[in-house]
Amino acid sequence: MIPASFDYIAAKSLDEAISLLATHKDDAKILAGGHSLLPAMKLRLMQPKVLIDLGRIKELSYIKEEAGQLRIGAMTTHFQVETSDLLRRVCPLLPETATQLGDMQVRNKGTIGGSVAHSDPAADWPAAILALDAEIVATSARGDRVIKATSFFVEMLTTALEPGEILREIRIPGGKGKSGQAYVKVRHPASGFAVVGVAVNLAADGGKCQSAGVGITGVSPKAYRAANVESGLKGNALDAKTLSAAAAHAADGVDINSDLYASAEYRKQLATVYTRRALEIAASRLK
Amino acid sequence: MAEKTVGKPIKRTEDPRLIQGLAHYVDDIRLPDTLHAVFLRSIYAHARIKSIDTTAAQKLPGVVAVYTGKDVAKIGPVPCAAALPDLKVPDHRALASTKVYFVGHPVAVVVAESKSAARDAVDLIEVDYQELPVALDEEKAADAKSPVIHEQFGTNVAYKLTAGEGDIEAALKSADQVIKQRILHKRLAPIAMETRGVLARYYPGEQELTLWTSTQIPHLCRTQVAIMLGMPENKLRLITPEVGGGFGSKLNVYAEEALMGWISMQLNRPVKWIEGRRENMQATIHGRGQTGYIEIGFKKDGTLTGLRYNVFADMGSYFQLLTPAIPTLTGLMLSGCYKIPAIQINVTGVFTNKMSTDAYRGAGRPEATYVVERALDLVAAELKKDPVEVRRKNFPQPNEFPFKTATGLFYDSGNYQGALDKALKMADYTKLRQDQQTARKEGRLMGIGVSTYVEICALGPSAAMPAGGWESATVRVEPTGKVTVLTGASPHGQGEETSFAQIAADELGVGVNDVTVIHGDTAIVQYGIGTFGSRGLAVGGTAVYLAIQKLKDKAGKIAAHLLQVDASTISFAEGKFTSSAAAGKQITIQEVTLAAHVAKSLPEDMEPGLAATSFFEPKNFTFPFGTHIAVVEINKETGEIDFQRYVAVDDCGKQINPMLVEGQIHGGIVQSMGQALYEEVVYDDQGQLITGTLMDYALPKAIMIPHLELGSTETPSPVNPLGAKGVGEAGTIGATPAIVSAIVDALAPYGVRHLDMPLKPEVLWQIINKKSAGAA
Repeated sequence: MIPASFDYIAAKSLDEAISLLATHKDDAKILAGGHSLLPAMKLRLMQPKVLIDLGRIKELSYIKEEAGQLRIGAMTTHFQVETSDLLRRVCPLLPETATQLGDMQVRNKGTIGGSVAHSDPAADWPAAILALDAEIVATSARGDRVIKATSFFVEMLTTALEPGEILREIRIPGGKGKSGQAYVKVRHPASGFAVVGVAVNLAADGGKCQSAGVGITGVSPKAYRAANVESGLKGNALDAKTLSAAAAHAADGVDINSDLYASAEYRKQLATVYTRRALEIAASRLK
Repeated sequence: MAEKTVGKPIKRTEDPRLIQGLAHYVDDIRLPDTLHAVFLRSIYAHARIKSIDTTAAQKLPGVVAVYTGKDVAKIGPVPCAAALPDLKVPDHRALASTKVYFVGHPVAVVVAESKSAARDAVDLIEVDYQELPVALDEEKAADAKSPVIHEQFGTNVAYKLTAGEGDIEAALKSADQVIKQRILHKRLAPIAMETRGVLARYYPGEQELTLWTSTQIPHLCRTQVAIMLGMPENKLRLITPEVGGGFGSKLNVYAEEALMGWISMQLNRPVKWIEGRRENMQATIHGRGQTGYIEIGFKKDGTLTGLRYNVFADMGSYFQLLTPAIPTLTGLMLSGCYKIPAIQINVTGVFTNKMSTDAYRGAGRPEATYVVERALDLVAAELKKDPVEVRRKNFPQPNEFPFKTATGLFYDSGNYQGALDKALKMADYTKLRQDQQTARKEGRLMGIGVSTYVEICALGPSAAMPAGGWESATVRVEPTGKVTVLTGASPHGQGEETSFAQIAADELGVGVNDVTVIHGDTAIVQYGIGTFGSRGLAVGGTAVYLAIQKLKDKAGKIAAHLLQVDASTISFAEGKFTSSAAAGKQITIQEVTLAAHVAKSLPEDMEPGLAATSFFEPKNFTFPFGTHIAVVEINKETGEIDFQRYVAVDDCGKQINPMLVEGQIHGGIVQSMGQALYEEVVYDDQGQLITGTLMDYALPKAIMIPHLELGSTETPSPVNPLGAKGVGEAGTIGATPAIVSAIVDALAPYGVRHLDMPLKPEVLWQIINKKSAGAA
């Protein structure tokens, strides 16, 4: 459990971090909390030569409303999301997700940007980010680039971030009318990661579903939006029968993970049941 | 005068230093010039070592030495203390030389100025392996066609052993019915919170070696390491500083302990090795690991006639200290708390390409209880009787103790009906069964599991133990009246610093805080055996009690002398000696102690000082018992288990500190839940360890544990003057069968009568899903 030797640089500003990354290129990894990176380094699965720590860059830690969006700085900790009054009021899905993420130590030090950029296939954030139709702002010497969440998660541990880019901000579009949100998960009994995690963001008008965002993590090599679940909801009354019928499509069209804890067959069942539960909770919150 | 504390739930005196981070574990001990050792371990389960090249590793800056098997050939074999007829004992060396036998088998050790240099150098060692076919499953490995691990034996069967009394063939023939069941006890990892660790320092001038090591048996470990190193035992000082748990995994003598001593002697510098968690999963002993076949014979009314258990026991590739002996404990306890006229166990101990098994909390007895309790449930299901009724039918009565079993034991005392009745009342069992009827009508899967257990504790009489089963204590009253207890027991989380202080304080009429309990330093404490087998209090605590009686006898004579009365008139209470011959004449223990030390006026021929030592030899084991009841509901859609109730009534004889008892029961039940629901050391078909980290191997967490409703009964043991029986392992013994029974009971509507652990939700869902699908 001893990492290979590496240099550590604490960047004082985002510009400095970008410049350091441009200098060290592939030899460098961004340290944004470190709760995934450091264990991988201790096992020597990753051996970066340089760690560029964003931990001292205050300008990357914030939660605010701006231009009709919610904007969350990459270095905002899970705990800050969990306890944000603003988020609890306008986007309770994010605090609800944070509450179920890791343990107290992880939530205190780990960051939303670090987790999203790491793209662990069983991490919780990607489900919520997808359900909320979020945008990810990547920045580099070339300036900002805005990436839709749906094109951000490429495959296991791989994102749309390009060499030299740092995840700077996550943007959540403002809600149109009343929304009902929920995050439910099956915790792996050892790791606490999601065997299945389902995030739901519903909007309704006149008893009919106006829009539906359903993000699912843990089931497949990358988190995904359950398109067939969403289309089963849109325009329909959110009654028990509709929710249940839509949830049956939770794992449509994806490769399903299989491990010691849950076979693909069982994981598909969990995805269906937990999607239905998430929909039921979210629908109940619309009222 | 201090308040009496025995029987009271006082807080642990050791906790403040532990909670505040002020305690010293092996890694907290820092000596100047210390070198650091890191091991290269085998990545294969079975392979021949064709060559090892350490050249590049040795050249790395900071590296002081690299040792391989041939370098350390002079270190004697890792000991196995178990003696069984015709036991095949492999030559277990500190490092592998020609072959590796399991993933994690140490191949080389790098010693460097820093831990990181040592770790870097490990990656530079080149080993050329020739992979060999593996033998992994204990049942298949016993087959003549299996690849053989130790070629010199020509077989993987390490031993065969038959035990038990009564004519088993006749007993099974006389039964109205015989049920057979295959049953698995999976491998488990003990996972003490503190991994193993060793710091060795050799003093070349004195030719003395000091070894700090995280062990449960400091004196036995000293003896064995001295033998391995070929040095005089009294030139080796072994210190166990704070020990962060053991669960049996540190009731052992490991290669690394001797190796660190040897390296320090080679290099004349201190050397430290701290085991990582992944190493801990690979190379610290595992527990359980049995594939068994039960045959139980019974009459139509539920009376048991006989029990046979044929078992393949997974040894791993080498023996550690007690490896082959563990299944013999299973055999001893196969009668459970029942009258079974004939019992037979047939053990086949089998080598496999895995880490050694050995004692893990309960050590062979949880297997026995699980076998018997599963068997009783099968009988009840077959006869369509309530499982409680079948148990009660076969209990011995309280007046039948000492009760002789067909496994050759005499249970000291017991009232199995009492504990059962209390648990049934706490759980409101009749109502629970009614609720279950309702639930089943509504299509809900509710299950109730009852386990009545007895365990063998206070190990034990020396005749039954490989290295003596007594325990020692020295009690001193210092000139200022403070009391020092030196115990041969070796607490590592049990709270014996508190419970032993309670005994001493009450017996001497001083406060608990006036007593200091010292343990785990072979240069300070007289020889002792250690802490394991739920023996600390019942054997070690008794030694403390008996040493105090000797001490008080001497103090009483001094008191009589000082009071100028006859010693026969002296009595002691609440810290004062009083004479019945002279009204109002009394003298405190502190005054007597001072007199004993200044030695101006002592009875003729009496030696000064006030200290006494006792080596207590127990006449028998003790047999704690109890009843555990689990109530679950299983989600039909997911197989997920919801614990609705957990009730446990345990009887561990006299309780010195009920809070410590409760803590032990809590911990034991939680480890049982781990075994029943989550835990399993998994090797793949190549012998690679799949559950090699705590991200894969599921330990129960606080949020996964239901509220535990505890009760107790108190049936004192006649075996020791404290009346204590021991409680360290009770939870792991009583709880597992109750939990499995509840889940099996919940699935009874699907025709389920037995399931093997761990009962993962998917296993349950597959049963529900397939049966539902079949019905539809």
